[in-house]
Amino acid sequence: MSPLPWRRLVVAAAFLAAAALVIVLNRRTVRAGASPGAPSFHFTDVAARAGVRFLHHGPTLDPRLDRVAPLIASLGAAVSVADVNNDGWPDLYFTNSRFGFPNALYLNQRDGTFVDVAPEAGVADLNRAGEGVSMGAVWGDVDNDGLEDLLVYKWGYLQLFKNTGNLRFVDVTERAGLKRWMNANSAVWIDYDRDGLLDLYVGGYFRSDIDLWHLKTTRIMENSFEFADNGGKNLLFHNLGNGRFEDVTDRMGVGSTRWTLALAAADFNGDGWPDLFLANDYGPEELYLNDHGRRFVLSRAGLDQDSKSGMSATVGDVLNRGRLDAFVTNISERGYLFQGNNLRLNFLPELGRFQQGAEGVLVDAGWAWGAQLGDLDNDGDNELFIVNGYISADRNQSYWYAMSKIAGANGSVFEDANSWPAIGNASLSGYERSRVLKLLGLAGWSDVAAAAGVTDEYDGRAVVLADLFNRGVLDAVVANQNQPALLYQNTLTPGHHWIEFRLVGTQSNRSAIGAQVTVEAGGRRQMEIVDGGSGFASQNDRRVHFGLGEVSTVDRVVILWPCGSTQTLERPETDRLHLITEAAPPKP
Amino acid sequence: MTDSTAAALPGPFSALWARLGRLDPRYLVSFLITLILVLGEMRYGILGGYDRLAIALGVSVATELVLSRMLRGWFANVQSAYITGISLSLLTKPRADLLWPFALGAFLAIASKYVLQYRGRHLWNPSNFAISLLLVAAPASVAILSHQWGNELATNAVIWCFGLLIVSRVRMLHVTLTYVACFLALAALRSWIIGGPMLAEVAPLTGPMYQLFVFFMVTDPKTTVSTARGRMIVAALVAVAEMAIRLAGDYHVAALAPLYPAPAILALAIVGPVAKVIEIYRSRNVRRET
Repeated sequence: MSPLPWRRLVVAAAFLAAAALVIVLNRRTVRAGASPGAPSFHFTDVAARAGVRFLHHGPTLDPRLDRVAPLIASLGAAVSVADVNNDGWPDLYFTNSRFGFPNALYLNQRDGTFVDVAPEAGVADLNRAGEGVSMGAVWGDVDNDGLEDLLVYKWGYLQLFKNTGNLRFVDVTERAGLKRWMNANSAVWIDYDRDGLLDLYVGGYFRSDIDLWHLKTTRIMENSFEFADNGGKNLLFHNLGNGRFEDVTDRMGVGSTRWTLALAAADFNGDGWPDLFLANDYGPEELYLNDHGRRFVLSRAGLDQDSKSGMSATVGDVLNRGRLDAFVTNISERGYLFQGNNLRLNFLPELGRFQQGAEGVLVDAGWAWGAQLGDLDNDGDNELFIVNGYISADRNQSYWYAMSKIAGANGSVFEDANSWPAIGNASLSGYERSRVLKLLGLAGWSDVAAAAGVTDEYDGRAVVLADLFNRGVLDAVVANQNQPALLYQNTLTPGHHWIEFRLVGTQSNRSAIGAQVTVEAGGRRQMEIVDGGSGFASQNDRRVHFGLGEVSTVDRVVILWPCGSTQTLERPETDRLHLITEAAPPKP
Repeated sequence: MTDSTAAALPGPFSALWARLGRLDPRYLVSFLITLILVLGEMRYGILGGYDRLAIALGVSVATELVLSRMLRGWFANVQSAYITGISLSLLTKPRADLLWPFALGAFLAIASKYVLQYRGRHLWNPSNFAISLLLVAAPASVAILSHQWGNELATNAVIWCFGLLIVSRVRMLHVTLTYVACFLALAALRSWIIGGPMLAEVAPLTGPMYQLFVFFMVTDPKTTVSTARGRMIVAALVAVAEMAIRLAGDYHVAALAPLYPAPAILALAIVGPVAKVIEIYRSRNVRRET
């Protein structure tokens, strides 16, 4: 054989090998992160047994939007946790999103069951023509009277309910100066000026001049799939302390008009002042750094390099580094789009920016929505619970191809809902399975959802983690769009210790929202913050939960209160909940 | 713009037009794709990481140099590899943490020129082949450039102006115009058949994938037929094949689902080589008869 044909054979063999390698590596991508075995925790859906029979109904909109109605009306299933009657047991509030369909407040009966008391409490009948429909809710003690009040954000008027005790709520929206029409999909409590009063930041999605039931125009959609800036303006309301709020958005510089879907508040740069993190649909995430309560400054922080579809903002010390990181979900669909989820590891002190830390199974969770961080097996490391799926309709029809036609077009084309192909009964990233990701050290994240009993294919929107039955174990509650809510009770293999804290502010806001709790045990540090709203359309329990693994003693707990004071607890007892009241400042 | 209309321009422009015409066409195409790369990266961060560009470009050029030396005995001009490398880094949008699609895609693209030949002529545009293969064989890892272009009219206009000028100068304007005209006509037909908005059917043409397609792939002189008339017929056939794929997508034909993310690119991957093989076969027979 002459040298030339021989060389041709070598090149041909290399070519075929490379083609084969594409297939092999693609299969590896599919299998990456598959669970190596059963985890030491297992979820069982006990919603029916527990009496949580909540079925979400999505909004019906102006008939002019009929051709894309399922796309637009795909939001509104939300869940938030609060101990509304101060009995020490977490209760659940679900939102509905269709006129005439009630929201639900499930009161924890302390025996493994819940009862819906929303009608008697006055927080059920909120979805009314002319008033709008609910998109989510956040709880916080806005008047520091020891009772958690309720803010419901809507496609419509915001509503603030004062908790008057005895499971009764009074609508104080007008008196509070919050009667504002917004098409909002997120809100977070934040004491941005550290005056001990909870302020409110609300994220606009559609523009606030749009009434989705009485459209003046069908030009209501985003003007770019990447850099849209024609969304609803976000608003910051300062709590004046006399039952009234003041709109300080422009003065504080936080009136983003991106399509904000999720918000989180935390002190990312460690200067003692809470910052705002925005996950925006059709645009880059935004970090507004708090300049000592005087104003917010939009920081680049490495977030402007990826423009995706931020759906959820989850804050936590993901890798137990003593830093608050952010996890933001995005959209992935085979062949069409791999935006990938973002794990924003906080390197602000050293580098002035976040570093992307998402890889492997963490990157692709389908069309991902809400996500929450929590130690599900009490081993001292975080797990991630991610819910997903957009529209589950006809399994044999996908809207992805139709949507891809318009995705590359000029913004002025798809800004008009009438230019979109009709969706009919097609699915769009439907029937996706939720993810439960466990960190396996250097091996990265592993998806243990199926092995852990999380096998539903509902269109998940919001997820919260809470110790619902006061067992020292984090359970999960999922709100699904147009589908029933799930209550996943967590069963753990015994042997791991834990510790929980309920904080009560005295100088700080009474809900202690924004407080940072650091636990030092067994040579490790873990940090959590008291949640004022996070994930997507959700708010976790205000109590913070730490798994300790086999370590049975905690060396120290350091609490950084929202007002800036620090409180240290030495060797608190483990395997129990501690009620911690903020210490009075030392007398001069 | 034709040579006769260029002659009517003021002296310096006319001279520049003439000088451009004497350049190797690949330099002009390289300029255009570099322009797209720079504009796209500066305004929109279109690459998603310089490591992607470095790998695609590095592997393309290295493969070209190694294979040309191995199989031809000399080092080939790397203009084609440069265009391929940039095309791949722009068009391939894999899962965020994966770099292998750029390395393997670049190797397969260039190697296809040396391996997939018919009577000494390669059949596929290198980028077209590699992207088609990646999309069909690795859908869980690779997606196509879709909306990462800001959806802005101004950027589109700049690229279209430079693109039309350059394909005109390299004498491939007839291919681009034929394809675009057929696409528009067939978009109207599709809109009528499926009863959807006309704008939605036309919209893909304004997307970034199509700009790269109409200026770099469908016009590639090495992989299309030799006569102007033949090239126009091939361009029209690509548009027709694309329409078939699009209609199948509209009617949710499951068997063809892998083709839906990039109908134009996959239509060219099907039609282009067939046309080329037919032409080579026919020209061989004609020569034999002569």
